[in-house]
Amino acid sequence: MSATTLSTDLRADARIPLRAHVRHTGALVRRNLLWIRQDPESMFDAVLFPIVFTLLFVYVFGGSIGQSLGGGQEAYVQYIVPGLMAMMGMNMAQGVGTGFNQDFNTGVMDRFRSLPIGRGSVLFAKISVEMMRMLIATAILLVVGVLVGFDITHWPGLFAAVGLSAVFGSALMWIFLTLGVVMKNAQSVQAMGFLVLMPLQFGSSIFAPPQSMPGWLQNFTEYNPLSSLADAARGLMVGGPVADDLWMTLGWSVGITAVMAPIAIHKFRTKT
Amino acid sequence: MTRNDKEPGSAVSVRGLVKHYGETKALDGVDLEVREGTVMGVLGPNGAGKTTLVRILSTLLAPTAGQATVAGYDVVRQPRQLRRVIGLTGQYASVDEKLPGWENLYLIGRLLDLPRKEARARADELLERFSLTEAARRPVSTYSGGMRRRLDLAASMIGRPAVLYLDEPTTGLDPRTRNEVWDEVKRLVGDGVTVLLTTQYMEEAEQLASELTVVDRGKVIASGGIEQLKAKVGGRTLRIRPADPLQLRPLADTLDAQGITGLAGTVVDTERGAVLVPVLSDEQLTAVVGSVTARGITISSISTELPSLDEVFLSLTGHRAGAPQDAVPAETHEEAVAV
Repeated sequence: MSATTLSTDLRADARIPLRAHVRHTGALVRRNLLWIRQDPESMFDAVLFPIVFTLLFVYVFGGSIGQSLGGGQEAYVQYIVPGLMAMMGMNMAQGVGTGFNQDFNTGVMDRFRSLPIGRGSVLFAKISVEMMRMLIATAILLVVGVLVGFDITHWPGLFAAVGLSAVFGSALMWIFLTLGVVMKNAQSVQAMGFLVLMPLQFGSSIFAPPQSMPGWLQNFTEYNPLSSLADAARGLMVGGPVADDLWMTLGWSVGITAVMAPIAIHKFRTKT
Repeated sequence: MTRNDKEPGSAVSVRGLVKHYGETKALDGVDLEVREGTVMGVLGPNGAGKTTLVRILSTLLAPTAGQATVAGYDVVRQPRQLRRVIGLTGQYASVDEKLPGWENLYLIGRLLDLPRKEARARADELLERFSLTEAARRPVSTYSGGMRRRLDLAASMIGRPAVLYLDEPTTGLDPRTRNEVWDEVKRLVGDGVTVLLTTQYMEEAEQLASELTVVDRGKVIASGGIEQLKAKVGGRTLRIRPADPLQLRPLADTLDAQGITGLAGTVVDTERGAVLVPVLSDEQLTAVVGSVTARGITISSISTELPSLDEVFLSLTGHRAGAPQDAVPAETHEEAVAV
C-alpha cells in the first residue's frame, strides 16, 4: 500500500458529507444492535467476563497479592478493579476482529462495499456497538467490584477512568479490525489476538504490582501501554499519581488510531 | 460529477478489460457492450472470469488495465457515482442472515440516503412485490433458498438501479425455485431495467437474455444476438439413443455421411449411450429421423434439448468448457478466439 492510495481513500471518504456519514453509521449501528436482539447470547461475554474475572482474581489471588500491597484481600480489590477495567477494553477489542472476520466471509459485505457509502462507516458502526458492549461490561464490573468491597472514593475520577479505557479500547479495535479484514478466518484472528494479548496482559501492572518481577520484565511492563492504562485508571479511581500514565495512555491511543485506522479502512476498501 | 455521454444508449461499456492475479489472467482483454433496457447474458464455465468482470463493474475490484463505464461513469475514476446507479446480486445471497427481511431492505434504503419514511415505504413495497410480506419480520436464516434470492433481488432494487448485475442468480437452486427467480427477473426486465447476467446455463441465458457474450479463460470467444449464436452452435440438440449401444458409432457415421446436421457435427456420448445431433431447423430434424429409419436402426428414445454449455463450447471452440489449457492444441484455440 502506498501513501498515495491511502490519501485517495481518505479524500474519497471526505467527499461524503459528514451528516451522510453519521446517517450511514447510524443505520449500520442499528444492524449490529439488531444482531444482539436476535442473538442475546452474544452478550454473554460482556456480562459474564467481568463477574467471573473479578470473583476469580479477588478470591483466588486477592489474599496473597494483597499482602504484598501491605493489606489483604481488601487492598487487592482496590488494586484489581481498575486493572480489570483496562483489561476489559482489550478483550472486547479482540472480539471485534473475530466478529468482523465472520461478517466479511458473507456476501453482505460485498453489498455494503458496492453501495455509495464511506468506507469507514461499516468500521465505525462496528466500533460504536463494541464500545456500548464495553461500557455495559464496565458497569457490571463496577457493580461486582463494589459488591466485593471496592470503595469508590472519587466519582469524577471514575468517569474519567472509564472514558480513558474506552479511548484506549477503541484504538486497539482498529488493530483487531485490520486483523479481521486481512486474515483468512476467524480462528486465526482469535489465535493471533491471543498470542499478542496474553503476554501484554500478564506482563503489565494489571494483575499484580511489577515490583516483584525480574528486572527485564519490569522494563517490559514499564513501557507496556496496558500498565499505563491500568495505573492511570488506578490513580483516577482510588487516588495516586496520574499525570504521566494518563498522557502515556492518551499518546498510545492517538498513535495507534492514527496509524491503524487508515490502514484498516484501506484494507477494507481494497479487500478482494 | 460530469457524465461522459459518449455513447448514448449504452448502459455498460467495457473496452480491453484486463485483470491479472499474479500470473493468472482472470480477464484477458474483454470487450462488452450492453445497450440500455436489454439483458446481456455472459455465458461461461467456472473460472472463465465472469465474477471478476462483475466485481470490477461494481467497483469491488480494480482492473489491471482497460476501461469500463456504467451509465457513463468510469469504474476507476467515478466509483461513488457509479455505485449509486447499480444493483448487485451476487453468487451467494448478499443479505444479512441474522436480520429480518424487512430490516435488510430498510438498512439498504438508509445507506442509499432515503429518508426514514421513504426507506420504510420502499421496504414494504419491495417485500410485497417479491411476495415476502409474510416473512418480513422473520430472520433471513429461516428463509428458503428461493426466498433468499428474492430478498436479494429486492435489496438490489431499492435504489432503482439503472443497471442490475445478476451473478449466477440461480446457481445451486432446484428447478422449481430457479423458475421462480427467472419469473422475477423477467418482471424486472419488463420494467425496463438493464441487466448484466452471468450464467453457466445455456437455458438460463435463453430464458432471460436477448444478447449473449460467451467467455472462456478471460476472453470473449463469441458474442451476438441469442438466436444468432444458437444458430451458430446448432439451435437444438437432438439426443438419439439407439436400442443397441453397439449401434452408436454406425448411427453417428450415418448422420455425418449425410451431412445434414448443424455446424458442430455429431457427438457420441458413450457414457449415456446417445448420439447428440445439433440441428438448425425442423427440416433438418425430420431429415435426421428419416435417415435413421432408412438405415434400420432401432431407437429406444429420442429428445430435443437446448445445447448445453459444453456443447456450445465444443462447437465454438473445439474444446470442452473449462478444459485445461494444455489439453487443447494451440491452433484450435487460436481459431476459436477468432470466431
